[in-house]
Amino acid sequence: MSQWLAFAGSHLPTLLAGTGYTLTIWAVAMIAGFVAGWVLAVARVYGGSISRRLAVGYIELIRGTPLLVQMFIVYLGLPQIGIVFAPLTAAIVAIGINTAAYQAEYFRAGIRAVRPGQIAAARALGLSRGQAIRHVVLPQGFRIALPQWANEVVIELKYTSVAYAISVPELMGRAKEIGAASFRYFAIFCVVAVIYLVLVTVVTLVLDQVERRYGLRH
Amino acid sequence: MIYAVIWDNLPYLAEGAAITVALALTLLVIGLVVGTGLGLIQAYAGWPLRLAATLIERFFRAIPAIVLLFLFYYGISVFYNISAFPAAALALGLRSAAYQSQIIRGAIAAVPAGQLAAARAIGMTRAAGIRHVVLPQALRQAIGPWTNEALSELKDTSLAYTIGVVELMRQADYIVSATYGHQLAVYSAAAVVYLALSLAANWALTRADRRLAVPGLSH
Amino acid sequence: MTDATRLRAEHLTKSFAGRRVLDDVSLSVAKGEVKGIIGPSGAGKSTLIRCLNGLEPLDTGRVWLGADELTARKADIDALRARIGFVFQDFNLFTHLRVADNLMLGLRRVRKMDAVEAERCARAELDRVGLADKWQAWPAELSGGQAQRVSIARALAMAPEVMLFDEPTSALDPQSVGSVLRVMRELVAGGMTMIIVSHEMAFIEAVADDVVFMADGAIVEEGPAGQLFNTPHAAATRAFIDGIAAAHRGEATTP
Repeated sequence: MSQWLAFAGSHLPTLLAGTGYTLTIWAVAMIAGFVAGWVLAVARVYGGSISRRLAVGYIELIRGTPLLVQMFIVYLGLPQIGIVFAPLTAAIVAIGINTAAYQAEYFRAGIRAVRPGQIAAARALGLSRGQAIRHVVLPQGFRIALPQWANEVVIELKYTSVAYAISVPELMGRAKEIGAASFRYFAIFCVVAVIYLVLVTVVTLVLDQVERRYGLRH
Repeated sequence: MIYAVIWDNLPYLAEGAAITVALALTLLVIGLVVGTGLGLIQAYAGWPLRLAATLIERFFRAIPAIVLLFLFYYGISVFYNISAFPAAALALGLRSAAYQSQIIRGAIAAVPAGQLAAARAIGMTRAAGIRHVVLPQALRQAIGPWTNEALSELKDTSLAYTIGVVELMRQADYIVSATYGHQLAVYSAAAVVYLALSLAANWALTRADRRLAVPGLSH
Repeated sequence: MTDATRLRAEHLTKSFAGRRVLDDVSLSVAKGEVKGIIGPSGAGKSTLIRCLNGLEPLDTGRVWLGADELTARKADIDALRARIGFVFQDFNLFTHLRVADNLMLGLRRVRKMDAVEAERCARAELDRVGLADKWQAWPAELSGGQAQRVSIARALAMAPEVMLFDEPTSALDPQSVGSVLRVMRELVAGGMTMIIVSHEMAFIEAVADDVVFMADGAIVEEGPAGQLFNTPHAAATRAFIDGIAAAHRGEATTP
């Protein structure tokens, strides 16, 4: 045990540097996915037939294929048509593309659960349809969708580990390097498992608090 | 030219897809058996077992699939020379068990208490009542959420690529190496295969859900 | 205890969250006897009848079925329950099984009958409650009255020594009540030993040999049906019966 701790301790700085990458990918991709997710959800619920179909097509395509394939297409495929990303950017783009589709579905369900009388009430006050959607429906829809959205946020935190496959030096990638150099794969992945356990637990606890304060049962 | 690359390598993609499907089926069966066990323990057992089941569930849900794949592959290799496929089936299967146990537990909780009371009233033991009355209803109700879990696991089999299982992604990788390029076309072809598998699985499970429908039991 | 005693309960007590729901309740039913239990809601009637077959655990007290004690530490409670039929207020038919399998589950799994024997037995009971044509129906396809008759047939199929009814018509619409009461009347005529918790006062008065009036978890008064309904001793019993009668008169005057 003490030997294991010494091993873990000696590699902790490297792993924490990797954790920095992990959290960066996660945070940026989540924010991008949040914005894109709302655009997709609104297009799907309120858009005309073309934008609705485009949104549905995007969501079904992304949800029907693995993140790993999406990441390979972004990082290895797109350069063939002249779009080149650095590994870190490619990972953020791929995870952003991925989470946007899932977030859109949760937002859509939230929007659908807002009572129709809410728009009518907003219109009665003289708000335009767009204003009613933006100021009345979306805030309520988000609060209704909060539990599923929080779940998605935690899921994507774990999926940032896929970025190691396109050689981003995040937590998983660092562990693989240390494993290859020391041949102590099992030990290092135990350390990594503990770090993810801590990250996921902390994020879950924070989101539970957010949910408790802002969540809306319908 | 690009089409020729895909066309010529179609047998390899098909071979990879077969492994992908085999891995998904194996891990889902492991997940169903272990997950149902964990769900039953969480619903009915005394607190020490319940606590143990909950800890196992939390552990497997908190750790990324890739980390679990490496943990199992290298961890088991220390004392047993395991190949990549069974290691992947076990790692992803146990992770799926954690998710499936949640589904089963929810479905058990949704069976009205009167059902078990009625089973006991005709003289069935608690275990028989759970087995013949509560569990069949719970499993029937679980097909909907279970479909989502199955589709999600089908996609996650691609992560087994990282420990060397020669599934669809690894085959795509081989084709890219052998043809010196064509990444965009080959990975897109792989994406199409995944999409087709997802749609087929979704169709089959939705159909099963409809065919097994019992009046009064569907949602 | 005479040899004719089928079910006997002595000094039953039970509390829920500090509230006494059964307070030293004793009662017994003889072979072929029909016992009615009446009283206001919350009196503990349903708790009492669920305790009689051990569906609800007791705090103290003892229950016997014939010479066998249900509350004995080594009692085979499942085997004893198989000898007691129980009919729930909300039927509790097994939702995932067709009517046929609802009737046969206990015969196959508890009585260990073979498929042919179980089917013969189940068909006979379904016929007895007048629903032979519902053999292949799902519970959700039945009306309330039909579901309750199926649940009675399910209990009867086990060839019980005594039947317990927990407000069997309370969840039914008025049109369905009659069909269930008719089946119960036939059981009475056939000499079945029964304990019935019910709000159907006219029915209880007509079929019960003996009636128990409960209030606040205790037995207030017990006596022959005619006496208890017409000349009750306790003021509480009189108030309850007068109240029901007044409610009925009120109902009768409104169209």
